Amino acid sequence: MVSGDHPIPLLRASGITKSFSGVQALRGVDLEIVPGEVHCVLGQNGAGKSTLIKVLAGAHQPDGGELLWNGEPMTISDPVAALKLGIATMYQELDVVDGLTIAENIFLGHELANAGMLRAGEANRRARELLQRLGHSDLSPNREVGSLSAANKQIVSMARALSHDVKLLIMDEPSAVLDSEEVTKLFRVVEDLTAGGIAIVYISHRLEEIRRIGDRITVLKDGRSTASNLPVADTPTPDLIRLMTGRTVENVFPPAAPIAPDAPELLRVDGLGTRGLFEGVSFSVRAGEVVGLAGLVGSGRSEILETIYGARRSTSGSVTVDGRMLRRGSVRDAVRAGIGLSPEERKSQGLLLGEPIYRNVTLSTFSRFARSGFLDERKERSVAREQIEALDLRPADPDRPASTLSGGNQQKILLGRWLVHGTKVLLLDEPTRGVDVGARAEIYALIRRLQEQGTAILLVSSEIEEVLGLADRVLVVAEGRVLAITDAKDIDEHAVLDLVMKGTAA
Amino acid sequence: MSDQNSAKVLQAEAKDRSSSPLARIFSGSVGRNLGLVIALLLLCIVGAVTAGDRFTDVNNLLTIVRQASIVGVISIGLTFVIIGGGIDLSVGSVMGLASVAASFAVVQDLADQSNYIVMVLIALGVGIAAGFVNGIVIAYGNVVAFMATLAMLVGARGLAELVSNRRTFVVDQDGFRAFFRGAFLGIDALIWLFLIVAVLGWIVLNRTTFGRRTVAIGGNREAARLAGIDVKRHTTYLYALSGLTAGIAAVMILARTTSGTSTHGVLLELDAIAAVVVGGTLLIGGRGTITGTVLGVLIFNTLTNVFTQNNLNSSVQNVTKGVIIVVAVLLQQRFARGPSR
Repeated sequence: MVSGDHPIPLLRASGITKSFSGVQALRGVDLEIVPGEVHCVLGQNGAGKSTLIKVLAGAHQPDGGELLWNGEPMTISDPVAALKLGIATMYQELDVVDGLTIAENIFLGHELANAGMLRAGEANRRARELLQRLGHSDLSPNREVGSLSAANKQIVSMARALSHDVKLLIMDEPSAVLDSEEVTKLFRVVEDLTAGGIAIVYISHRLEEIRRIGDRITVLKDGRSTASNLPVADTPTPDLIRLMTGRTVENVFPPAAPIAPDAPELLRVDGLGTRGLFEGVSFSVRAGEVVGLAGLVGSGRSEILETIYGARRSTSGSVTVDGRMLRRGSVRDAVRAGIGLSPEERKSQGLLLGEPIYRNVTLSTFSRFARSGFLDERKERSVAREQIEALDLRPADPDRPASTLSGGNQQKILLGRWLVHGTKVLLLDEPTRGVDVGARAEIYALIRRLQEQGTAILLVSSEIEEVLGLADRVLVVAEGRVLAITDAKDIDEHAVLDLVMKGTAA
Repeated sequence: MSDQNSAKVLQAEAKDRSSSPLARIFSGSVGRNLGLVIALLLLCIVGAVTAGDRFTDVNNLLTIVRQASIVGVISIGLTFVIIGGGIDLSVGSVMGLASVAASFAVVQDLADQSNYIVMVLIALGVGIAAGFVNGIVIAYGNVVAFMATLAMLVGARGLAELVSNRRTFVVDQDGFRAFFRGAFLGIDALIWLFLIVAVLGWIVLNRTTFGRRTVAIGGNREAARLAGIDVKRHTTYLYALSGLTAGIAAVMILARTTSGTSTHGVLLELDAIAAVVVGGTLLIGGRGTITGTVLGVLIFNTLTNVFTQNNLNSSVQNVTKGVIIVVAVLLQQRFARGPSR
């Protein structure tokens, strides 16, 4: 179907870079798409897949690099311009409007109208045609989208893409919400489209899917394409995994001191579950131990952390901290028992960005320093200053607003918050996301120091090597279930990915 | 939420790069309140030039503050709600209801001539109760604050009409009238009340855990929750506080008009919200000052006074008020991007 040396590629991207307020999301991506091919983009979470899609869809402007469309240099100024060129995108978060009908959704933004009057009949007729083409003549164009299943919403989203004169269709993890039968149906549609000369960019981390429908692969790692336009048939799976995980930055994990044989069990989780998210999670963490949760986004790893912390209400099982069983769904109870959480989304879940550093550090403790309701700001500042010093937080000015700090220093604020009073159990969700290499090493060292002081640490990270490098024991999680609990030294990154991908496919 | 946050970050970063010491002062809290002080002074100059002695007369200036006092007290409570990320549309209605409840004939009999404190307690109690209902519906029922307090706006007004049967109750409590219509050190009791509420409000917002929790919840509700703050309970308290200030305002309107009626406080919520926002409090929460609110209230009331002194009708006043609100919010967005307080 595809020849590697097609004369003029439909789209050629070279050296694409993009950064967001100092965080480099794309550091140089090359890829080439020819008509009629399924071009897979593979990469771990945070590798830059979503940013790349948004650049191609016109939602983001690249900072550097070149885009050629049919051999001509071009800029895609906005999503409308992309559609005009013939680039349509199906985003992972279903971008349909629940309150509108299927037909209204399909023609959203380019309604069929005569002098401002909607031509509902014509829209319905053409919507029916599109649905038929997608093998879903069972869906009525008049049905309200809110009543559809996730899989059918995806069909609507695809029909919308096809309602434009599309030459390139970008599909962001389309199979994530589908069962295997629906995936088969989807693949038939994809084959149909490519036979008609439409090129497809297919994002997924399910390797077996890529084997089934992919023609060529581009692999992203840390915002770079580590390999571009590889023919799928000639590339063995181990090579792909190495390209996805191959280290571009050497992270040095400081060695951990052995855990004392009589170290008490500080956190015990028994049969914990939250309906629809995860179930039957049991493990324990001892004083001075780091336990890591490895798994993909959506595997339930963050949800497990948040449930232990009481930020989500569990529906089964129990959490015990240092012998005391926690109330379900009560953050206050968890904090009182000595758990601290450094959340995944620093800015939206962790910080008061407009407030000074010291108030962010004391956010969970200021009432302890207060006397009959009156704040003791002097005490708060001095406590914050201690943390600033201990964590080497820069700038070392407790009155600076948190928003002016770098990602790494913002992360230190969140860690400092829980170090103000001896936290027994620390839950770390993505502690190094968006943090530069130097600050990363400091955070690793800090985790070790806490460990030596006897804190029990539960760590979640998208970077499997980080989990393996820091944790004593690892829980591999996929689709809300714990697949394995092993010593970190008995498992490597390939084995974890292997487990996760098998677990996800099952 | 996260978009707002990242926008705030970008603004803060932009500000940080361009900050000369002068710019820092002007974008800080002092600067923003300084802007309001300048606006107020300008209004006074306009008043003095156009109306001369009629405006600058001490009695006239005291009248401005006296007229500002009732909406002022309500605005203090509302400032807390708005900093906490909420809104309370029901303050005017609740004030009307509390004024009716406290001036009900039976209540006045119960209070008899010397114990007017019973009336005061009833007004405050009704205000707090209505606020608690708002707070519980919003915090635990997860009803959007706008809708919940809109329902209270309508409901409390209706209840006030039912209770009073649309009659006006004249307050014939001599003790009550003597105290609240009196003066201390030459200044009206109403002005003292406004001053006391404002000072207490400032202390609570800036010096207590209650104030810190309010700013934290309004600034980042999720972060506050994950830090172990009981967001729902505190939200309930915020609306109860707003109800309390509406109750205090009810006592004040009873004193000023010597009557309680269900029509007290109609549209007062709009004046209060305008004053709070012009005073520099962000409608999305997380940032605001009591000083700003007081200045906002004074600006609007001075404006009314200047217009009245110049025999301009209320239509012109309203147009001007509308312009001021828009300009103030525009300025807020352009310049007020520094840290809070």
